[in-house]
Amino acid sequence: MSVAAITENYTGERLDRLENFHGNQVIYIGWDQHLMFCAPVALALPPDTLFSTLLEDVLPGAFSQHPDFAAVDWDAVEWHLNGDEFKPQPGKSLIEQGVDHKSSIRFSTPGLDGIKGSGS
Amino acid sequence: MTSKKLNMKEKYSLLTRDLEWEYSYRDYEEIFKQESFEGIKITDWSKWEDPFRLTMDSYWKYQAEKEKKLYAIFDAFAQNNGQQNVTDARYVNAIKLFLTGVSPLEYQAYNGFAHTGRQFGGVGARVACQMQALDELRHVQTQIHAMSHYNKHFDGFQDFPHMHDRVWYLSVPKSFFDDARSAGPFEFMVAIGFSFEYVLTNLLFVPFMSGAAYNGDMATVTFGFSAQSDEARHMTLGLEIIKFLLEQHPDNVPIVQRWINKWLWRGYRVLTLVAMMMDYMLPNKVMSWQESFEVYFEEAATSLFKDLARYGIEMPDYAADAIAEKEHLSHQAWSIFYNYGHAAAFHTWMPTDQEMDWLSEKYPNTFDKYYRPRYEKWREMEEAGERFYNPTLPMLCQTCQIPMGFTDMENPTMTSYRQSVYDGERYNFCSNGCKDIFDYEPEKYVQAWLPVHQIYQGNCGGAEMEDVLGEYYRINLGTDNLDFHGSPDEARWNAWHNLQPAEDKLKKAS
Repeated sequence: MSVAAITENYTGERLDRLENFHGNQVIYIGWDQHLMFCAPVALALPPDTLFSTLLEDVLPGAFSQHPDFAAVDWDAVEWHLNGDEFKPQPGKSLIEQGVDHKSSIRFSTPGLDGIKGSGS
Repeated sequence: MTSKKLNMKEKYSLLTRDLEWEYSYRDYEEIFKQESFEGIKITDWSKWEDPFRLTMDSYWKYQAEKEKKLYAIFDAFAQNNGQQNVTDARYVNAIKLFLTGVSPLEYQAYNGFAHTGRQFGGVGARVACQMQALDELRHVQTQIHAMSHYNKHFDGFQDFPHMHDRVWYLSVPKSFFDDARSAGPFEFMVAIGFSFEYVLTNLLFVPFMSGAAYNGDMATVTFGFSAQSDEARHMTLGLEIIKFLLEQHPDNVPIVQRWINKWLWRGYRVLTLVAMMMDYMLPNKVMSWQESFEVYFEEAATSLFKDLARYGIEMPDYAADAIAEKEHLSHQAWSIFYNYGHAAAFHTWMPTDQEMDWLSEKYPNTFDKYYRPRYEKWREMEEAGERFYNPTLPMLCQTCQIPMGFTDMENPTMTSYRQSVYDGERYNFCSNGCKDIFDYEPEKYVQAWLPVHQIYQGNCGGAEMEDVLGEYYRINLGTDNLDFHGSPDEARWNAWHNLQPAEDKLKKAS
């Protein structure tokens, strides 16, 4: 049973199908230990966006208000994609390296633990 | 000679149970189509104990008396400019949240009970649902009237039903009730009648109504008194439905247990809004969220589930998760609203020094360690003229629809992430509770209208955030939203209260 319904074999409309986003896909990015940003952010981007574009053009818009942002050593950053360790390749697109629709990415920046080390 | 007047017992019987008739030319299943598909087995509806024992004529009489008193106080409140006597203009934001987030739920409850009552073959349950539906309709009306006076003097009240259907944080309470109302009739009764009205109601109403009392809001507190006896009846009905279902057939026990697990978690997540209201939005605090949660949930639920143990019902799985969050919940919620204060129809602010000290005292294990440094940074930014607003839309939980601001209680500085893949598509959640609810009935929750995704799909006005907030949500930008400091609400409040010293000066001069 995938739902208790009065009609047999009821199926629900998938409201967030990839094709509803006009050529974009949604991805989520959270910065570990930086909860000044209260939740991971949601972004709508074309699936063929290069990872380097994400790093250089998108992340500063989302996270640069934090004083730690300027100090991030991007070579030392540790990444997770949908819960698994992940080594992004900057020259490849999101979709080429498995960052598909509604994927969740988190990154941690060793040595940077937020405002006064509080995880904010 | 027989009396012309019916005694109470006769009247009660004639006006409730006796309204039933025999179905002679249609099948029972055809008339009560929704009674069996959830798997609940009813063997004898006559075992339903009527919890209200009210007839319609005495109901009207009793409610009319209460309303007369209530509206006399509303009039007095308005004529005496009661809005000027609340503790502080910041308080009014708590009732903006109530009117946009909670009052429309009363209307949803009215719809829900009216629909659900029709689905029951037992006349006792039908009459009980009808009474509760009327109560809920009365509550939404009297709440609107109680708060309408504030609409003349403060911003953000003007479009509450429109906002309830559209604004991102209001999708949290709205989707909660949509979920309950689109369930079968027995699940609705366990969801709203029992889990919400019986187990969680004190965590919702006591904070708002005591908050009103502590902060000089006579209009709202009087509504609270007027609703109190209704709420007591609703709680009785909630408990009756659970006992009835459990006594009817042993096969009902696991179904009811699953619904209790689900709906206590769903309801608890909605109460996140109450947690932050208590700890952050009341200038005069009643008690902390943690204290309230300990009294009204931990102690009350423990004794309730002890009573229900004889039916084989256990404390819900997720109660431990809710208990673990009690020292964090309100701070995480306020952080969400402070981040997105530009997209809310009420004002947010950083606590004063005195309020921060109160939070440190009430939350000795968490506030100074995790939240004070964040707030001090935000205050510093505000003082530098760069009040922090999060420029990017947040990731939402597929089930509760709250931004993913909750953390892992083993490691409270780490966001809690959960994910499921269903029918080739990813779905993300804030907690085990929300993930399990989705996993059990994915065909329901794939339909969630997640505000952030809807904005990205272009379904909420234009592509610019100003179009979404201004035209689609109908938030008056620069007036209803942003920080309390610098708001027109604050300016008006200060103007009112500077009148007093001016008068004093005149008196002294003469």
